[in-house]
Amino acid sequence: MPSLGKWTRRGLITTGVLATGGLAIGVALRPGHRAPELARFVTSEEEHLVNVWVKIAPDNTITAIVPHSEMGQGAQTALTQMLADEMGARWDDVTFIEAPAIDEYANWALGKGFILGPADIPEALVPTVDGLFLQVAKTMNLQITGGSMSIRSTGVYGMRVAGAAAREVLVEAAANAWGVPPGEIVAKNSELIHEATRNRSEFAGFAEAAAQIAPSSSPRLKTPEEFTIMGKHVERLDIPAKVDGTAMFGIDAVVPEMKHAAILGAPVFGAVVVSMDTDAAIKQPGVLGIVNLGDAIAVVADGYWQAEQALKAVQVEWSQTGNEHLNSDEIFAKFDADIAAAWESGTTTDDVNTGDVVTAMGAADNLVEARYRVPYLAHSCMEPMNATAKVENGRCEVWLGTQNPLGAKHEVAQALEIEPPRVRIHQHFLGGGFGRRATHDVAIQAARIAKEVGVPVKLIWSREEDVRHDRYRPAVASHFKAALDESGQITAWENVFNEKHEPDEAPTIPYAVANQRIHFADSSTHVPFGAWRSVDHSQHGFFTESFVDELAIAADKDPYEYRRDMLSHKPRHLAVLTKAAVEANWGEVLTEGRGRGISLQESFGSIVAQVVDVTVEKGQVKVDRVVCAIDPGFAVSPDGLTAQMESGIIYGLSAALYGDIQIQNGAVVQGNFHDYRSVRLNEAPVIETHIINSHAPWGGAGEPGTPGIAPALANAVYQATGTRVRQLPISNYDFTYRVVEPEEVI
Amino acid sequence: MITLKVNGEVHQLDVDPNMPLLWALRENLQLTGTKFGCGMAQCGACTVHLNGQAIRSCVTPISVATSGEITTIEAIGAEGDLHPVQEAWIDHQVPQCGYCQSGQIMSAVALLDNNPNPDEAAIDQAMAGNICRCGMYGRIKKAIQSVGVQSFDPAQEVQDA
Repeated sequence: MPSLGKWTRRGLITTGVLATGGLAIGVALRPGHRAPELARFVTSEEEHLVNVWVKIAPDNTITAIVPHSEMGQGAQTALTQMLADEMGARWDDVTFIEAPAIDEYANWALGKGFILGPADIPEALVPTVDGLFLQVAKTMNLQITGGSMSIRSTGVYGMRVAGAAAREVLVEAAANAWGVPPGEIVAKNSELIHEATRNRSEFAGFAEAAAQIAPSSSPRLKTPEEFTIMGKHVERLDIPAKVDGTAMFGIDAVVPEMKHAAILGAPVFGAVVVSMDTDAAIKQPGVLGIVNLGDAIAVVADGYWQAEQALKAVQVEWSQTGNEHLNSDEIFAKFDADIAAAWESGTTTDDVNTGDVVTAMGAADNLVEARYRVPYLAHSCMEPMNATAKVENGRCEVWLGTQNPLGAKHEVAQALEIEPPRVRIHQHFLGGGFGRRATHDVAIQAARIAKEVGVPVKLIWSREEDVRHDRYRPAVASHFKAALDESGQITAWENVFNEKHEPDEAPTIPYAVANQRIHFADSSTHVPFGAWRSVDHSQHGFFTESFVDELAIAADKDPYEYRRDMLSHKPRHLAVLTKAAVEANWGEVLTEGRGRGISLQESFGSIVAQVVDVTVEKGQVKVDRVVCAIDPGFAVSPDGLTAQMESGIIYGLSAALYGDIQIQNGAVVQGNFHDYRSVRLNEAPVIETHIINSHAPWGGAGEPGTPGIAPALANAVYQATGTRVRQLPISNYDFTYRVVEPEEVI
Repeated sequence: MITLKVNGEVHQLDVDPNMPLLWALRENLQLTGTKFGCGMAQCGACTVHLNGQAIRSCVTPISVATSGEITTIEAIGAEGDLHPVQEAWIDHQVPQCGYCQSGQIMSAVALLDNNPNPDEAAIDQAMAGNICRCGMYGRIKKAIQSVGVQSFDPAQEVQDA
């Protein structure tokens, strides 16, 4: 009888029979998403979401149904590795499918509709499983890829458990049939083998029998020594389609009768259309209609280029929001003033408050103070924002690449005022996500436009629209004050900043400092917030690791040794920091104009140290080399992890060197890659990644590479120039005054 | 009517001659491997070949392309018979999100066709126009160098001499 076992704390395992014969296993997880909205849906130990499904078909193929989007991070491959290894499957037998964006994905009805085909669920299972899942699943609209959660949550608690549970029920079914103890059966290469009796069968031979067995409430997971696929190099499953042009991104969707739309959002966030003159635009060739969305106008035409040309001919008058005269300088001045006022009046909120900072400051031999700031940042994914929508008979279909398919479904349903089951999401590859594709403003626009014009519409944002209507990494100011004793030891650390999002621990430091106060003040602006790769770590990594460097200089200590000496209580951090320093040949004497800087940052469960080498010549900063050490607990896919470090570093480097979204007259100034620059191939440093498998709980990969690059770079620039970079981006600094002309010129 | 020769096939298109080639490829011919990234020749995602030279199709009016042979990512290799650059891209696990890779590969193929053994400066120059927001530049460089090394056969050089 199909059954279900309670698996406390982590989740719950279910089995079922495929319509075609075969085994289906589902594992429910307690959600670990960062999104706070989720918490209210999960209030008791009895509420779970099914996150992972495995099916074994009669032809012995194994399919993993993975709830994470592929945006290039290789998560689907790594998750599949985890499942296959625990099962004892042959790598070539395993394929993955991305879970569809239906609420039922999260409950047993998915089995009915998606995995099992038309087969009925055994009656005994339905009330229990549905009762357990429905309350959460029906109201739940999050299925997010973000927070570097794929491996450390879905992978560890879902894929591995699903694989191990499948292995155990298969082994037990075989043991029953062969009359041998289960402990003597080995699952290997998608086969069940009993050496002594020379019994041998493909998994599929026992799949149906296995589906009748109650899975253990806590299947035994392999130890790292037993891994055969995890930790090994496998080629990413999504790469072949990405070298021949066949990978289908959202922008590539083709729907019969589809028309194309271009859009212009209100330049000042919050403004709406007061009036528009469309006479010239509507007469242009191919134009079918002009849609007023309130905060944006869209032109629909036969082709995208026609729509874009006609859009330029629309005259719009936008409403006044009161922010029309606001610029970046005023915004930063407001941050500084709000922080100072809140600090003074005691209205800040504490993140950390340990020891007695006031007394320690009073007893200091040396007080060091500094003010840092970072600007707004856009995501600028390579694939500009887009979505294709069809609205017909009270139903809506949307084609797009999203980090959160279920969220897209619910947001679109809400915008069109229809029930979520009437919305269907067709997931495509994401041409970059970085946090941007977790919000669905574009999908909603496409749906509203398609509804108004009555034909399917592909909406593409221009690059300018993409840069000017992002959800931004916020601009942030951060004020520091530290007390040093006569030996240079930090006796007190105080930090106040504005903007508090996630993760909670982002502004904390790993160093042994007895007296600490870390707190924040409110200072709101009209610029919309978005999660940007590593979220709050992207600013606090720069702030804290730059300021620690300043303290090392103030204490007249070597920046690496200074950090090292405060980490005796943190052996993993110490090992990572030391690895990076040793591999980078820290301590070597550098020639004039060169500099070497170091940083250490734990984020999303992984610890990363980076050492950056720069050359500053004629005022130009050239990043020569980055040595990166990471302890992710265990690297499931070492090459995938290495690629994520390279990617996170270049992404963070673009921001550190150039990233600067400026506000002028209430609107974003920058618009394309010429004024919102990215690091290019000719500027890219050599990156070396060193992995430490400490076997601590597994951490993330997509984000932890990003926070450490800005401070390591700024610290290297200090060594090369003597200028302390306290405001990003670095390209706003003029280093030419430090240039020493070559002797032959003099 | 505009005549366009793409991947060896001749097409007659009823489109505005000022329209950028990119949109004719993507919308009229449904060759969606060529990508839109910036619309102003800043990012290289739209790179195709016109008579063997890498061009940015997002700023090339279709009228300019009528006289030549256009090649897109779809025709660089064939299924089961990938171009050496595509093979190298898989060997070095280059793509992440993959969106820029059609353009990267087209730039790399054009580079190697003109210069089979490019040094680092030549690679920098040929590839600086193609942005990869996933930052896979180190892998792109190594992949290009590996193709260059493959095509350079010292034994053959000796025989030829």
